[in-house]
Amino acid sequence: MPESVLFWIMGPLAVVAALGMLLVKKAVHSALLLAWVMITLAFFYIAQGALFLGIVQIVVYTGAVMMLFLFILMLVGVDASDSLTETIRGLRPIAITAAIGFGGLMVSLIGRATLGRESVGLDQANAAGNVEGLAYQLFSTYVFPFEAVSALLITAAMGAMVLAHHQREVPRSTQRDLSEQRFRSGSLATAAGLPGPGVFARHNAVDVPALLPDGTPAPASISETLRTRGDMIDSSQFQLDQVNTEVTEEK
Amino acid sequence: MNPTNYLYISALLFTIGAIGVVVRRNAIVVFMCIELMLNAANLSFVTFARMNGNLDGQVVAFFTMVVAACEVVVGLAIIVTIYRSRRSASVDDASLLRR
Repeated sequence: MPESVLFWIMGPLAVVAALGMLLVKKAVHSALLLAWVMITLAFFYIAQGALFLGIVQIVVYTGAVMMLFLFILMLVGVDASDSLTETIRGLRPIAITAAIGFGGLMVSLIGRATLGRESVGLDQANAAGNVEGLAYQLFSTYVFPFEAVSALLITAAMGAMVLAHHQREVPRSTQRDLSEQRFRSGSLATAAGLPGPGVFARHNAVDVPALLPDGTPAPASISETLRTRGDMIDSSQFQLDQVNTEVTEEK
Repeated sequence: MNPTNYLYISALLFTIGAIGVVVRRNAIVVFMCIELMLNAANLSFVTFARMNGNLDGQVVAFFTMVVAACEVVVGLAIIVTIYRSRRSASVDDASLLRR
């Protein structure tokens, strides 16, 4: 009875979260919904007597794999949202029709197929403990697949290292090279380096453009990232004639 | 409770994952949908283990998890490599071989 309560609460939530994965625009939201589906599956595993797999599901999937996904998302750019317009014409109706057909086939198949006997349950198989039973299976019947899988893991780690390895093709430019480049390209205005941010004596945070001698702000004094993100404060409010010179007494 | 209900959930999750692989275009989201399909298959394995009363299904589900972990490691490395050279993680942009 508690299991069916768990099932009828968590099951629909898992399906809704999985559907949400398809519909949300941002990849981060998809990742969070997938993490929820995986936690739900961990509950299902534990409810079905697969204690070890339930814990491994949480540790490996929601812990390691989803962390890796989020890490790559941070690397690629969290804000890079997927445009939901279809590029191949008619792909979406075809995909959904095919999926409904496939899902209907699976569901009707499961509904009609019978095992030929009652579900046995794992009470007997788990009698010596689920972890002990799994370990016995793993190191007796399945010992060769186990070794093969360990070889696969090592190969995958090596492959990822090779793929992520990045060899520099041109030598790193030295300070001298950079200096020559500054003098030879463009105007001499920036040859001595860009102006630093901040209105001196009033405000020198990195998000405030410096004021030029004629009183106009210099956007080049701000980091490119802050400028594109729009995280700039108007520097004219720190000009001396704009500032309220009355000092309020602080307690 | 009848364990068959878990099989229905598993079939639904697998189908949803399959739609996602076809419809979504961000390579990372496509990858997550593949993970969803693998997880759905795992749920089936665990349910069958319970129905048959032995632990073989759970061992197979365990192997699936390891293979899925390998797949994620290599796949994400490929995505990062593609992103590094083309500044995009969309599966439609990586069509250099077609031209």
